[in-house]
Amino acid sequence: MELLCPAGNLASLKVALNAGADAVYLGLKNDTNARSFAGLNFTPEKLAQAAKLTQQAGKKIFLTINTFPKPGEEQRWYQAIDLAADTGVDALIMADLSLLDYAHSRYPHLPLHLSVQASATNLGALSLYKQEFNIDRVVLPRVLSMKQVRDLSKVTPVDLEVFAFGSLCIMAEGRCHLSSYVTGQSPNTGGSCSPAKHVRWQDVGDNQQTRLNDVLIDQSGKDEQMGYPVVCKGRYTTSDSQEASHLLESPTSLNTLSLLPELAKARVVSLKIEGRQRSPAYVEQVTRVWRQAIDTYLNDPAAYTTQAQWDQALAKVSEGQVTTLGAYERTWQ
Amino acid sequence: MKTSLGPIQYCWPKEKVVEFYEAVAQSNVPLVYLGETVCSRRRELKFSDYLALARMLKAAGKEVVLSTLALIEAQSEFLELKKQVENGEFTIEANDVGAIYLAKEQGIPFVCGPSINSYNAATLKKFASWGMQRFVMPLELSKTWLTQVLEDLTPRQVEVEVFGHGYMPLAHSARCFTARHKGLTKDKCQTICIENPEGLLVQTQEDQPLLRLNGIQTQSANYMDLCDQQTQMQALGVDYFRISPSSLASIALADELPAKSASHDRQCNGYWHQLPGLTLS
Repeated sequence: MELLCPAGNLASLKVALNAGADAVYLGLKNDTNARSFAGLNFTPEKLAQAAKLTQQAGKKIFLTINTFPKPGEEQRWYQAIDLAADTGVDALIMADLSLLDYAHSRYPHLPLHLSVQASATNLGALSLYKQEFNIDRVVLPRVLSMKQVRDLSKVTPVDLEVFAFGSLCIMAEGRCHLSSYVTGQSPNTGGSCSPAKHVRWQDVGDNQQTRLNDVLIDQSGKDEQMGYPVVCKGRYTTSDSQEASHLLESPTSLNTLSLLPELAKARVVSLKIEGRQRSPAYVEQVTRVWRQAIDTYLNDPAAYTTQAQWDQALAKVSEGQVTTLGAYERTWQ
Repeated sequence: MKTSLGPIQYCWPKEKVVEFYEAVAQSNVPLVYLGETVCSRRRELKFSDYLALARMLKAAGKEVVLSTLALIEAQSEFLELKKQVENGEFTIEANDVGAIYLAKEQGIPFVCGPSINSYNAATLKKFASWGMQRFVMPLELSKTWLTQVLEDLTPRQVEVEVFGHGYMPLAHSARCFTARHKGLTKDKCQTICIENPEGLLVQTQEDQPLLRLNGIQTQSANYMDLCDQQTQMQALGVDYFRISPSSLASIALADELPAKSASHDRQCNGYWHQLPGLTLS
């Protein structure tokens, strides 16, 4: 079972490798990936350095090219694929069908992973991508229950990778327009959800407010934990309830430590840690805990239990310091 | 440019659905999509009921397309989807790539619905090579985007449909927001979304209408109304203007097109103008 960790920069990449990552994933410094934030990601030179470091450590490096090319600007995405092939990364993580086609036809030996942004949740979708583009692996959207992951694992034509820890996207990824609905920019079209330039925090009287492109998505007392400034974690009222509440999801992070044995039994090949936008300290902390957990499990699967100090360490770096099993657990749904 | 009626996105009682399509049969609308696209737990109508309605509409001279679920998670849903694709009479609207796979395998023509990620001409050409006859432009894209894509698709072998009127489907989740709000679990939801025939309105703490909860689907609070853009769409070569129904009034609106101009209320038309989707104009 591979531990796959995020790298927003070289510092994160190094701590991930030192703390026990089996593989790292990263993106280029432009809108070809869905974490296109200022100060984050890799130039071609830094990518070459990252690839060298990773391969010297005997680990794997995956390049994320998971946004959708804009008409007339496709070259930027094609160049990213060419660069990845020249650099010799171990796999590409992609969602757009035309990019999968480009990579598969030009670089048939370069492994392809289907990004979560492709929103592939079922045997039909996986069969199509396997048949047409020979993908090796799918990153499953965070909408499947553990039972559904297990069922899919019995019939899938490709390896399964799941999100194990990190910020919880509650919609079928790659098909969520909530960010562009409020800001004009979505992960698919602009490379990020709730882009920073549209986020404004302000204190008004005894309250703190979160505004996204001027829309008030949350408001609370100054001592309360505020969620990430995304539409799905806001507090709203309805026509039948005037008390504002988290109608979609409250500030919380995904943590599947307790599911590790089940994920292993479902032959999940890779556990993904979310958070290319997070600090090296986060990457180090999370990688270290998950390395311990996976090693503990592999050492004696039958004896595995989640250790309290792991959960505590992870809660500290979690949104709202609260964690959930998300859609893996049917009652969450 | 002709008019189409998209699938009913809400959970309505069976009688209301039947009444709706009986009225559609009497209308001038040439193209009708029907079927459950949001949640497999909604069982007011079975697939056989939709097939019967489709036959009735076909007999009334309509082109009929069977719409399928946007989010296919359980194996039972995939098996049901297979049955729908292989119905032997009607083409389908694929709202998940899984449906495209099934149609392609069977050599059955299909339409790509708004929740298929068709973001560029190269992707659309690939879909066309697999049997796509028409695509509905993804909601978050614009007139500028469409103009460029249609240039890149020349000579064009597929039809284009634009979601022109109705509440916009923005996202789908594993979680049922309606059931959760009403204190129910998804597995024992009592199909409570039937209580909200146009979804449940969500407002910000400043009373700005923001969203509509429709089971696992999240919609725009206001509707999109691009009726005043019909001339531009026609000039671009758009084949169908889609009205997404929210009541019987949607049929009357479809009958009035293309004469109907936009309503006087400002509606959320941002996407078409390359602005945030909720921008009112």
